Amino acid sequence: MGRMGFSPKHACLTDEKDPNRQKITNLTSCLLVSCQLNLHCEVRPPFSSKFPLPFFPSLPIGTKATKMSTAFSAANFSTQSFPLNHTSTTSHDSPLVFAKPTSQFLRSTRKLRLSSSSKLNLNRRSGTVVAVSDVVKQKKSKSTPTLLITKEEGLELYEDMVLGRAFEDMCAQMYYRGKMFGFVHLYNGQEAVSTGFIKLLKQQDSVVSTYRDHVHALSKGVPARAVMSELFGKTTGCCRGQGGSMHMFSREHNLLGGFAFIGEGIPVATGAAFTSKYKREVLKEADCDHVTLAFFGDGTCNNGQFFECLNMAALWKLPIVFVVENNLWAIGMSHLRSTSDPQIYKKGPAFGMPGIHVDGMDVLKVREVAKEAIGRARRGEGPTLVECETYRFRGHSLADPDELRDPAEKAHYAARDPITALKKYLTENNLASDAELKAIDKKIDEVVEDAVEFADESPVPPRSQLLENVFADPKGFGIGPDGRYRCEDPKFTEGTAHV
Amino acid sequence: MAAIFQGVGAAAPLSSSPSNSFDSNKSVFSPPRSFSVVRSDGIVNLNPKGRSAQRLISNAVATKADSPAASSSSKPGHELLLFEALQEGLEEEMERDPRVCVMGEDVGHYGGSYKVTKGLAKRFGDLRVLDTPIAENSFTGMGIGAAMTGLRPVIEGMNMGFLLLAFNQISNNCGMLHYTSGGQFTIPVVIRGPGGVGRQLGAEHSQRLESYFQSIPGIQMVACSTPYNAKGLMKAAIRSENPVILFEHVLLYNLKERIPDEDYICNLEEAEMVRPGEHVTILTYSRMRYHVMQAAKTLVNKGYDPEVIDIRSLKPFDLHTIGNSVKKTHRVLIVEECMRTGGIGASLTAAITENFNDYLDAPIMCLSSQDVPTPYAGTLEEVTVVQPAQIVTAVEQLCQ
Repeated sequence: MGRMGFSPKHACLTDEKDPNRQKITNLTSCLLVSCQLNLHCEVRPPFSSKFPLPFFPSLPIGTKATKMSTAFSAANFSTQSFPLNHTSTTSHDSPLVFAKPTSQFLRSTRKLRLSSSSKLNLNRRSGTVVAVSDVVKQKKSKSTPTLLITKEEGLELYEDMVLGRAFEDMCAQMYYRGKMFGFVHLYNGQEAVSTGFIKLLKQQDSVVSTYRDHVHALSKGVPARAVMSELFGKTTGCCRGQGGSMHMFSREHNLLGGFAFIGEGIPVATGAAFTSKYKREVLKEADCDHVTLAFFGDGTCNNGQFFECLNMAALWKLPIVFVVENNLWAIGMSHLRSTSDPQIYKKGPAFGMPGIHVDGMDVLKVREVAKEAIGRARRGEGPTLVECETYRFRGHSLADPDELRDPAEKAHYAARDPITALKKYLTENNLASDAELKAIDKKIDEVVEDAVEFADESPVPPRSQLLENVFADPKGFGIGPDGRYRCEDPKFTEGTAHV
Repeated sequence: MAAIFQGVGAAAPLSSSPSNSFDSNKSVFSPPRSFSVVRSDGIVNLNPKGRSAQRLISNAVATKADSPAASSSSKPGHELLLFEALQEGLEEEMERDPRVCVMGEDVGHYGGSYKVTKGLAKRFGDLRVLDTPIAENSFTGMGIGAAMTGLRPVIEGMNMGFLLLAFNQISNNCGMLHYTSGGQFTIPVVIRGPGGVGRQLGAEHSQRLESYFQSIPGIQMVACSTPYNAKGLMKAAIRSENPVILFEHVLLYNLKERIPDEDYICNLEEAEMVRPGEHVTILTYSRMRYHVMQAAKTLVNKGYDPEVIDIRSLKPFDLHTIGNSVKKTHRVLIVEECMRTGGIGASLTAAITENFNDYLDAPIMCLSSQDVPTPYAGTLEEVTVVQPAQIVTAVEQLCQ
């Protein structure tokens, strides 16, 4: 018997403590918080057939055997240790497996599916998913509407997402004006994931990202000025101009990068989580509960480092959350063309951690899932794999002509713009007025303008900066022929020494 | 085969140790014990305290008769084997700083495939001496992430060759992160492991990775060759804020030497003067040091006076010690185990030519291993690496 992923006890969506929290039934047209069912869950009656639950038909290609793998259940969160090796093949016994597959999302996707001559298969999901809205619709009809977020939280989320969007748009402008060069990867459309997760973190928690890291940096608290300067290659950038678009680091904000090769940041994130555990258990800093978030994409989920780190994190119960930003495309390679089983969340249970799939265009849904996953990590229960279904509105990078993606697909996701959706939610639930939101838009515009001005006026790195940060201990440059360490050579500090 | 170390074989390093009386619970400050002597054809440094005051042992092979006399109880220090020296260094640093931890395959319960970490897991716990799954790239990256967030990991590659799988992390993250983060994050890791040509280990277990790693900006590389410098370099590497790769050699783990009791470190950037001389400078490192010293014996008998320097620091080179030697002797022979192409010798040749060309009376000679995947057959393996006879011939040629 299975309990839905968000149960009353779980206080995720139905927060008994705060009756003002409402379920997100009307946030967007897509309802996708999906949890896989678990043999050990309890069913949460009653389920009325009035509310058709979404059910994605399984992909025909060889996924049957693994359709219902070990799941993520509310019951397992706080009380039981996660059973590592149960595989469920009888989930169909559960009344939660639904009679009729319907899904607004999937329906709309199917409309977009072109004729059979098209190579693109937009049916990206299979397996059982469960809608949050239907779980909670029962409650909704009985009690007064309760909201998921307070006004302050709502405005914070809105501001963060607008900052991300405005900043990235400005990056595009600046790139085409020749202020920044190289590879610049923009995050438009994926803001809900960054905001939904990172805004729940403390300063001491760590974030590890990929080359698409501007917005992760901004959400984590790195000032827009520092990020823009870094992009311009100025010495006031967060990495002194030495890193660039793909290497955003901030010690103060615990942003551990910015990595150009995919998958290469995941072990680093695992290491940061290891440090957190080490501090608590070896160094006896009993209150150290720092969590690490590792963001990466769908393409990375076919990479060895991903799997190796899932194994190690689950093995040692590291406080880490693996966040997959599945935007369906790895440059021009469709996720469905490169992955034998495109359902990435299923790969979590294979390693002994919960795997969750969430609608990444819906910041409130992402936030709810994030709360749970981060809470799990903080309590020492181990890692979680969260697959966020999202989309990038622009090409892979500013050099990508973006010709392969179907315009209908792009239009479909553009209609689910996370910022528009949150705006609608805030206004419809009277959490904020249009004027307040417009004021935030204006404020962000000014912040971004100021960032550009600051970056423009900042100095470029002088020659003397060339050798300064190669080694933490510059004695590593060695001893020169004259017997002195090379770093003592005056030419070294000028950056003209030959080392 | 010139190098004969009893009981050394990669196949069963744990069981075939000559040190049968090895006490697995030994503490750092145990009194000297009697070990069965290991025949070595290397120099035993009887005066480890000062590099400048090293004495030449004319008999380059330490025999049974020598050692008891040499290890008289009135002399300070204690005798141990090279792997024990590494262990001692590691243990002392772990005691000194609780942030130092070890990670690698079979370092914990198994004690390390060459016993370097034996007993540490019992003492410090499973988290501080972490047995990792077989995922070099990822656990090296994990060590780097841990280093960025405050720990000081010592990452072991069970064989240096396995670290090829970790090249991504070593090159991109270990070497570069300090720079690309604008100096915000330090990576104080030590990456260590046994490498080099062993005894018929086959091509893949006989690799010399120093040539592949030497171009990576941001890392330091050192190679140990005696128990004294093994412990010293291990400690210095752990204390260094830079990422350091410490190259050990599979055949040198059972070398025995008396080392001081007190705390000491060896400078990571300095070379070691093994034997001062006048006629020719021989630059070498790791196991080839012993082949050179054996050749030196022959050369001395023939009337030559070679100056032997163990360069120890593979990146960066200690151009001061090397330079002074070149200025004195005007002839340079490099003897290394790296491959001919792109090895440490190639870089060293370039560096010396660039800096000291005026002082050279003859072109630099570089003896390296053949550019051949190390064959399994003993006879073939023997000729892939440089043998003392070749060194003698080379010196004779150089000094004509």
